[in-house]
Amino acid sequence: MVHTKRIIPCLDLKDGRVVKGTHFVELRDAGDPVELAGRYNAQGADEVVFLDITASKEKRGIIIDLIKRAADELFLPLTVGGGIRSLDDIQQILRAGADKVSINTSAVHDPALITKGAEAFGTQCIVLAMDVKRNYSSNPKGTPVFLPDGKDCWYEVVIYGGSKPTGIDAISWAKEAEERGAGEILLTSMETDGTKKGFDIPITRAISETAGIPVIASGGVGTLEHFFEGFTEGKADACLAASVFHYGEFTIRDVKDYLAARHIPVRL
Amino acid sequence: MKKIAIVDYGLGNLRSVNRGLEKAGATAVITARPEEIEAADGIVLPGVGAFREGMDQLGPIKESVLAAAGRVPLLGICLGMQMLMEESEEHGLHKGLSLIPGRVRRFPKAPGMKIPHMGWNSIVLTRPESSLYEGCATEEYVYFVHSYYADTGPENTLTTTTYICPFASSIVSGMTFGVQFHPEKSGAVGLKILKNFIGMV
Repeated sequence: MVHTKRIIPCLDLKDGRVVKGTHFVELRDAGDPVELAGRYNAQGADEVVFLDITASKEKRGIIIDLIKRAADELFLPLTVGGGIRSLDDIQQILRAGADKVSINTSAVHDPALITKGAEAFGTQCIVLAMDVKRNYSSNPKGTPVFLPDGKDCWYEVVIYGGSKPTGIDAISWAKEAEERGAGEILLTSMETDGTKKGFDIPITRAISETAGIPVIASGGVGTLEHFFEGFTEGKADACLAASVFHYGEFTIRDVKDYLAARHIPVRL
Repeated sequence: MKKIAIVDYGLGNLRSVNRGLEKAGATAVITARPEEIEAADGIVLPGVGAFREGMDQLGPIKESVLAAAGRVPLLGICLGMQMLMEESEEHGLHKGLSLIPGRVRRFPKAPGMKIPHMGWNSIVLTRPESSLYEGCATEEYVYFVHSYYADTGPENTLTTTTYICPFASSIVSGMTFGVQFHPEKSGAVGLKILKNFIGMV
């Protein structure tokens, strides 16, 4: 009996539809997030993340309806992120049937949202999502992280999808989020995101070793081995991926079989 | 049809619990009304969040829950389970419903072990004859999210789980049951446990 490592597919949603294409030809409606999540569930996904990239506030109702439908049809943990700015937003999403909310840019603008969210709804449902980028400039406040090529840098928190640097040191931000009551950290490195070259191991490991709360590694998965590295080298508690699953390069079951054969505890 | 009251004290994701019970064949009502709780054939006490806040929120309907507990089957889930205990150490010492003996304790710090305990872990049946686990294997994976655990005696323990230390992942006293994990988020196994609970109602 053992606590298992988690594999989490992430679905990017716009106006209630899955944005990235999928290769599941057998799906009735490949754009329907609930149907796709159901497919992942059947493959053994440990949780599902819905990331809402809908721009307009008027369309927020769509995601709420979607969460309700997902909660009604799927009996697995659901995290929802994107555009969450207030306690009210958090409550609406949780009431609709989500288990956790992930907060990114809003937490940087208003760190008290983490504190207030954790106090009102419990630590377990507040996930701090942080996007980070390497910064080689000297900064006395930046925690140095050593890279495999011998150089060192500090990691800076970036917002608005990586377009805006904040000057905030990622490792300090992780500590602060934990102190404020975040229950988990979803870490995405802009260095590796979309590259399919594997997770950004140095920062994943540094945050995992610093934080007393679970860390989800995200950004860069291209092969089965990358998941293995995320857990072993990166010391992550969970690995998140999107495109490799959406485009059917491999299934969640493939990932878990690969990990199990290499003695990483997973739920099969 | 049997009627289950899901006690709504403002905390927690009640929708999945409700749907899970419906899927298991029950009629469930989400309610904070004492008369509905007292008239129900079974009670589910769900909840996530902090212990003291949970007890405070429960305040006005606490008596109804206690009154029903002796008469009909009751299932506490996660924080709802912890509230069945005598007391909790979460943010100071606070009194629970005292339906099951023991104290709720925080996981001790251990190197490399994250708190909260979050994710899928196995439950091992210590009392396989229990109706709550009818048809379940001696070891099943279920979904946990918690930083505190119930410390109770073997006579009140139905399943154990190990994370940092071994703890009671489901507890019992008479017709009162509690599960630390979330059956409504634990796929087919979780639905089976909910169905077994309905079967006792």
